[in-house]
Amino acid sequence: MIDVIDYRAGNSPSVIYALERLGLECRLVAKPEEITESERLVLPGVGAAAATLDSLRESELLDALAQRVQRDRVPFLGICIGLQVLFEHSEEGDTPCLGWLPGRIRRFADGLRVPQIGWNEVRFTRSHPVTAGLPDRGHYYFVNSFYADPADSGDALGRTEYGIEFASVVAHDNIVATQFHAEKSGSLGLRLLADFAAWDGRC
Amino acid sequence: MLTKRLIACFDVIGGRVTKAQQFQDNIDVAPAEDLAARLYDDQIDEIVFYDITASAQKRKIDLETVRRVARHVFVPFTVGGGIRSVDDMFEVLKAGAEKISVDSMAVRTPEIIREGADAFGRQCIVLSTQVKQVGARPGIPSGYEVFIDGAREATGLDALEWVRRGEELGAGEIVVNSIDRDGTASGYDLEITRAVADAVNVPVIASGGAGGVDHIAAGLTDGGAQAAIISSILYSPRFDRNLGVRELKSALVEHGVPLRPYLTST
Repeated sequence: MIDVIDYRAGNSPSVIYALERLGLECRLVAKPEEITESERLVLPGVGAAAATLDSLRESELLDALAQRVQRDRVPFLGICIGLQVLFEHSEEGDTPCLGWLPGRIRRFADGLRVPQIGWNEVRFTRSHPVTAGLPDRGHYYFVNSFYADPADSGDALGRTEYGIEFASVVAHDNIVATQFHAEKSGSLGLRLLADFAAWDGRC
Repeated sequence: MLTKRLIACFDVIGGRVTKAQQFQDNIDVAPAEDLAARLYDDQIDEIVFYDITASAQKRKIDLETVRRVARHVFVPFTVGGGIRSVDDMFEVLKAGAEKISVDSMAVRTPEIIREGADAFGRQCIVLSTQVKQVGARPGIPSGYEVFIDGAREATGLDALEWVRRGEELGAGEIVVNSIDRDGTASGYDLEITRAVADAVNVPVIASGGAGGVDHIAAGLTDGGAQAAIISSILYSPRFDRNLGVRELKSALVEHGVPLRPYLTST
């Protein structure tokens, strides 16, 4: 069973539709007691980091999430803002984030059209079970004004260029996260979701 | 690099896609979910869905059709028509869309753009504009005026002033829909598309008039647009021959337009 965190600023229905299309068992979860036993978690997201964290805090999901992901090490997939909140800090509204991964979220430089909206190329820089079925280079759908700058470059799994080159996929232990919307990236995105669903959380 | 997008546009009436000419004479094409499934399989980059009679009939958007389409579409999906409040937007997002298109309603109540962007993020709000070349005059320095309500009502707003205002209020993308060119297959209005692309810093989408590969290529290069809305060329029964996404993309690449490659082994 894949538990997809549901909160107002998220696009959880799209993630559910994609998982259902793959024939995977999944459900929306919105209360802390619903995730204490989660086997596998997805944190989708659109919008702003602060709004996402506020929403998770109001639903009292933050502690339960930390327990399940950080302590119990169940496989976790963050999508878009679900990637950004994992780092220590976001320049978007000067927001302290979860700090599960070392590094910061930075704003794209002036002069670029932001948000970046559209299909951009991801180049995978190392192998990982969740991306093993994907080509070394492929296009995925991005919507972002901010990007991850991991302090540990080993946490980057894929890289993408928009003005600068940034970490568009990160992975660390039982955590994988994509800046792009895997649920909206056509057949390659669905393949990533299917491989996440089959992953035991180890690298 | 970030590629340009081909967006299939659906004008939906009663759950079915229709095709108009200059906002009139809609003819029936296919059930929305069937056409969506076919275009997704053909690797369209994005789909936009307008419930075109919701506003005039003063009813809420057809959420059931939105839901049915969303289940077939694993590329971005934008929905517009009959959206009057942040709660309406939330309903549409819950039904499986990720972007909301606002048009006439935003002209009447510009604050809806800000409220939507505050609630769901700028990337969620697409400002769609219906523009018509009227000649430069006092109040309309660009020579292009904004119309609403299916191109029937002139607003007295200058197109460039309106899109700048829309961006300030929080629109994440701007659609430039030329009333003069809609459904005519004579090409996008490149002049206003380029002017809007120069005026704002968010992505701009060309719309209205694409009849062939050359038109799409021009919109995405000379027109300065980041994405092109197409419909007739894909599915209009008025066309002798429709083109598939694969065919379109291979021809556009010849024109030097960077696109998400068509995958042959999926």
